[in-house]
Amino acid sequence: MSSKQTTSKPDGMKNGLRNMTDTNLLLTITIAIFFIMYIGAMIFLGSGFRRPQMFFSILNDNAFLIVLSCGLSIVMITRSIDISVGGITALITMCCAVYLDYKGGNVFVSLLLALAIGLAFGLFQGFLIAYLDIQPFIVTLAGMFLARGLTTIVNTNPFNVANEKFVALKNTRVIIPGLGYVTKAGKYVDAYIEIGVVVALIVVVVLFCMLKWTKLGRQFYAVGGNDQSALMLGINVKRTKFLAHLLCGLLAGIGGFVCFLHVGSGAVSNGSGAEMNAIASSIIGGTMLTGGVGNIAGTFFGVLSLSAIKKIVSSAGFDEAWYTGITVAAMLCLFLIIQSVVIARKKKH
Amino acid sequence: MGATKTNNGNIFSKLIKQQLFIPLAALLILIIFNLIMDPSFLKITLGYNNIGNPVLSGYIIRILDNGSEVAILAIGMTLVTAASGGQDISVGAAVAIAGSVLLRVLCGSNTHPETLQAPIIVGFLVSCLVAMLFGAFNGVLVAYFKIQPMVATLILYTAGRSIAAWVNNNELPIISEASFGYFGGYIPGIPVPTPLIIAVACMVAIGLVLKFTNLRLYTQAVGINESSSKLNGLNPQLIKLLSFVILGICVAVVGLIKVSRNSTINYSVIAKDIEMDAILAVALGGNALGGGKFSMAASIIGAYVIQLLTTTLFKFKVPSDALPAYKAVVVIILVVISAPVVREWFSSMIKKFQTKEVA
Repeated sequence: MSSKQTTSKPDGMKNGLRNMTDTNLLLTITIAIFFIMYIGAMIFLGSGFRRPQMFFSILNDNAFLIVLSCGLSIVMITRSIDISVGGITALITMCCAVYLDYKGGNVFVSLLLALAIGLAFGLFQGFLIAYLDIQPFIVTLAGMFLARGLTTIVNTNPFNVANEKFVALKNTRVIIPGLGYVTKAGKYVDAYIEIGVVVALIVVVVLFCMLKWTKLGRQFYAVGGNDQSALMLGINVKRTKFLAHLLCGLLAGIGGFVCFLHVGSGAVSNGSGAEMNAIASSIIGGTMLTGGVGNIAGTFFGVLSLSAIKKIVSSAGFDEAWYTGITVAAMLCLFLIIQSVVIARKKKH
Repeated sequence: MGATKTNNGNIFSKLIKQQLFIPLAALLILIIFNLIMDPSFLKITLGYNNIGNPVLSGYIIRILDNGSEVAILAIGMTLVTAASGGQDISVGAAVAIAGSVLLRVLCGSNTHPETLQAPIIVGFLVSCLVAMLFGAFNGVLVAYFKIQPMVATLILYTAGRSIAAWVNNNELPIISEASFGYFGGYIPGIPVPTPLIIAVACMVAIGLVLKFTNLRLYTQAVGINESSSKLNGLNPQLIKLLSFVILGICVAVVGLIKVSRNSTINYSVIAKDIEMDAILAVALGGNALGGGKFSMAASIIGAYVIQLLTTTLFKFKVPSDALPAYKAVVVIILVVISAPVVREWFSSMIKKFQTKEVA
């Protein structure tokens, strides 16, 4: 042991890498790749990416995905999975839209409705997974079917919400001073983000702190890392798993409402594929499905990387839809192989 | 009365522990339910279709016909689940690729060929090879890079339909050749739908393989404990890879049936969500999704349970969009009943009941 330490001492960088936890190492890789990619786009693709607004519009479009991915990261850290979030998003947008438009309800109640739907799914799925010990994949698969089916039962045709107060809230923009740009016509356009982005950022910060410093947050990691030893430590494993799914459901509720705020319509197709995008983002952000490893900050950058690469592909002139799918998959492949190689090398030392 | 009940109870609790119990019970309940609602449910009639070929028709035939794809995929999915302890979520996308390659070979550069550019068997073999290669790609990621199956196959899930569109330059070739339609319809003179024949052939093939080779033993050994199987001289990575390649063959067969049914392909719709049905079939069969022991028969029955459920719901005029919701409710009931915790609770309830009876 001592000889090993002396041999590795001169190599400071390597030693630093070795002392890093898996979580931090993967986080560093994610952030580095995101910046390399984005700076590359700024250099090679020119004006669009040099404007700060490009970055903010990526945030605007994907605020709901950030919230959903945070929820998925938490269940993935506890070695579980939830593939129902996309369906829940669709259900929430449809229910809220119908409530606001046909029933003339107010916006605050629709927010409560969204949270209630999310929590109900979380509660139900969490109970089945944690206390009845049923495979999370199957339970949340059923949850996804249920949510998608219920959406079409509520209403099949997509429609835009005309409720005045809601539209006012939807169009509320947070202006970011000093980062705007001047159009060709010589008009100055402010850089802005939507309310949803603010919500998403608050969620990221709160969850980051929670996972890092609260008892519950540490319990998630302990249960995901090894539930047997977590049990030995006196952690209520079932309760922890249940809470993870409950939290994921709540976040799906928030994410669904953020999505609703962004698109402003109820549609069956809302949030389609969101569950897989959220899982992909969490993985790119360094969360591992084997549990116990992951970080909300990584997830945040994971969503940004995924959305940025889509934007880059479409701005680079490959407008055929199939390029996006292939590039995103290639990037996912790259990240996964980097992760697996890095972890394997660390284990060897 | 009391004595017989105790006896029954014993048999019942033994029966409950059988893996085949849940899928068979679900199948029976659904059939009985259908029979009550519609006494002609089991009726099979021999008629003639519009070309004048003899065909069997009836609900049961339709269920067996439409359930073939999921049943074939369930075979491969069971092996993958058992060996790797995870699921392949890319099969739907892989079916799209296999179908697209098949059409590409058969049609050449022409999208509406009068005659086929290559024999169907050549097209099938090429698509089979491609599907096996994609299976091997997944397998290598899972076995050698040690990525969790669901994550590894997420790559192909994302890219698959795009690749399928790219293979045919995003065009939709249509085959008018009648013999191509045999695989998804009827061969003249044979009244049984061809997909059913193909599915049975696949089942017989896998049954023979499991009977005469060590595949079952090796797969279960790897699934139960990878490192101890290695200590016993197995190569766990190779077995995992093999299971994904076998799934690739299943995918190619399903691709042939799916494309033949429509004589064309729609990249974003073909075999959509079929991976979910295939995984569901494995789960309904009572196989552990975490790997290890498996029952192929149970998975296949699970596949037909899903199809029976779908057909039943259609019969009750449930709109196809709302179908998933009802399906989900039934699935939840099934998995809750088959959950070990609930089963134990049932067994203890039965025991309590027995002691009360005796007292």
